[in-house]
Amino acid sequence: MGEKILMKGNEVIAEAALRAGCRHYFGYPITPQTEIAHYFAKKMPQYGGTFIQAESEVAAMNMVYGAASAGARVMTSSSSPGISLKQEAISYSACAELPAVIVNIVRAGPGLGGILASQCDYFQATKGGGHGDYRMVVLAPSSVQELYELVVEAFNIADRYRTLCMIMGDGMLGQMMEAVEFRDSEDICEADKSWAVTGTGMKRDHNIITSIYIDPEVLEKHNQKLQEKYRKIAENETRVEVYNCDDADIIVAAYGTVARIIKNVIKTAEKEGIRVGLIRPVTLWPFPTAAFEKYAQVPQAFLSVEMSAGQMVEDVRLAVNGKRPVHFLGRTGGMIPTQKEILEKIREILK
Amino acid sequence: MAIVFQRPHALRDTEMHYCPGCTHGIVHRMVAEVIDELGIEGTTIGVSPVGCAYNNYLYFNCDMVQAAHGRAPAVATGIKRVHPDNVVFTYQGDGDLAAIGTAEIVHAANRGEKITTIFINNAIYGMTSGQMAPTTLIGQVTTTSPFGRKPEIEGYPLNVCEMLSTLKGAAYVERVSTHDIKNIRNAKKAIKKAFQVQMAGLGFSIVEVLSTCPTNWGIDPVKALKWVEEKMIPQYPLGNFRGKDLEV
Ligand SMILES: Cc1ncc(C[n+]2csc(CCOP(=O)(O)OP(=O)(O)O)c2C)c(N)n1
Ligand code: SF4
Ligand SMILES: [Mg+2]
Repeated sequence: MGEKILMKGNEVIAEAALRAGCRHYFGYPITPQTEIAHYFAKKMPQYGGTFIQAESEVAAMNMVYGAASAGARVMTSSSSPGISLKQEAISYSACAELPAVIVNIVRAGPGLGGILASQCDYFQATKGGGHGDYRMVVLAPSSVQELYELVVEAFNIADRYRTLCMIMGDGMLGQMMEAVEFRDSEDICEADKSWAVTGTGMKRDHNIITSIYIDPEVLEKHNQKLQEKYRKIAENETRVEVYNCDDADIIVAAYGTVARIIKNVIKTAEKEGIRVGLIRPVTLWPFPTAAFEKYAQVPQAFLSVEMSAGQMVEDVRLAVNGKRPVHFLGRTGGMIPTQKEILEKIREILK
Repeated sequence: MAIVFQRPHALRDTEMHYCPGCTHGIVHRMVAEVIDELGIEGTTIGVSPVGCAYNNYLYFNCDMVQAAHGRAPAVATGIKRVHPDNVVFTYQGDGDLAAIGTAEIVHAANRGEKITTIFINNAIYGMTSGQMAPTTLIGQVTTTSPFGRKPEIEGYPLNVCEMLSTLKGAAYVERVSTHDIKNIRNAKKAIKKAFQVQMAGLGFSIVEVLSTCPTNWGIDPVKALKWVEEKMIPQYPLGNFRGKDLEV
């Protein structure tokens, strides 16, 4: 391993992307993730790469579509309202099977909302914010170190499956200064990109990147191919952290920065003789259903804690499948659930 | 026997789907001939629009990418920044370029993006059956301006070349027409120059081509050509707006 340095989450995202071989970034400024763009703007020229501040998020994501078509490792980043604007090209990229990485440093909504940390875009990211039957891999790091590792991983998954990968964080993670240890070099998957548009060189038939299939039979076939790919991704790429769940009285489901709060709650509860487990989905899609199934009969109840009005809890309920009650505690608007209120909720559930 | 007329190599041997008398096909042919003459088929990447030309990726022999409605200049930007030594062109209609894609074309031009845009102005939305376009003429009847376009309600025809020619990044801006042989020859010259401007790295280049849509104009192909000459040209004067004297 390389040296340990103190860095801001947002800057680590950009640094990790550069280390993963990303040389093309297209974005549009929005709080709380602008440091990502600042970092790229400064560094890209040294790497001979491209940084473009696009005219909008719509354009930025369509530039990503172009660069990915051309075979590049490419990334964009934004926050909630900007991610909404990217949905057009997200859906087109999913259909055209273009690999790319999208970062959403989520802020509280709906609407222009606020700029503080939130997890209110879970539905949008995991259930398809754009139109059509598609999925994208959604990775939810909970520390700056993990942010680095998952950004590198996101590029590899994207290339390996010709899919979109989203990193979902929040302003807390983006602004957090934490020690990060970079590897000396990255394991970069060398994917076959013979499908990309590079110019035929008069040596092969032309390549076409498209998302339009007018013939319903052909489109259905294409959809089946996509679904088969998503099935494979779910089989191979589901990631989850299971912590303290054996003999747990209650198992909390939480991801990202909220999972950090739960780890503190676990310590405090221990002193009261309450054993709290944590299932932390690292991939929000594919959702780690198997982990919940495995522990479904262990605790008295489950509790999903989120910075939302109740989004991931729906997937927890599906996974637990009625075997135990599934409770919910959520804060919205940029408010963060406190250890105290989580602990009170746990006591009340177990009463 | 000498061959005097043959399909350009850059055009595939496929039947096109355009209506009889539609000038989309003529413009395709000109673009392909220019690609042949410049010997750039192997390095060219085209971007197809949303509009009647949505699947012209089937017609051109070079690598092709199909873009979302109006986004071709952004998609082309992404491609060109990855492959700066390739030739990248977009082919877009007037709904695509001058309505939903206004931001993308203005900013690609303003960045001086080294791409070439072939802009088909037929004063209408062809593909979706004849709705008003930003380029629809005053008084022109369309399915969404059934009583004729009224400026007090729908505003005025948008002159794209005039607008883009105010931008420094737009190196070459020219409007041409397809309504007769002489103008078709001029159009091809302009298209060639636009590609050469890109190849010389001088900046953004665009050729607006006044075209017909007999189907949605509700007139026969011959009348349609006359309509271009008599009605469209007064609103959309032909000629060069920028980069006339560029050495390429
Ligand atoms: C986002 C989106 N909105 C609307 C449409 C429907 N649509 C398809 S083609 C078209 C108009 C194209 O007109 P133009 O660009 O003038 O091309 P033409 O057919 O005249 O060549 C529209 C509105 C679409 N495909 N995508
Ligand atoms: S609808 Fe109009 S623009 Fe489209 S192919 Fe027919 S004539 Fe051409
Ligand atoms: Mg049109």
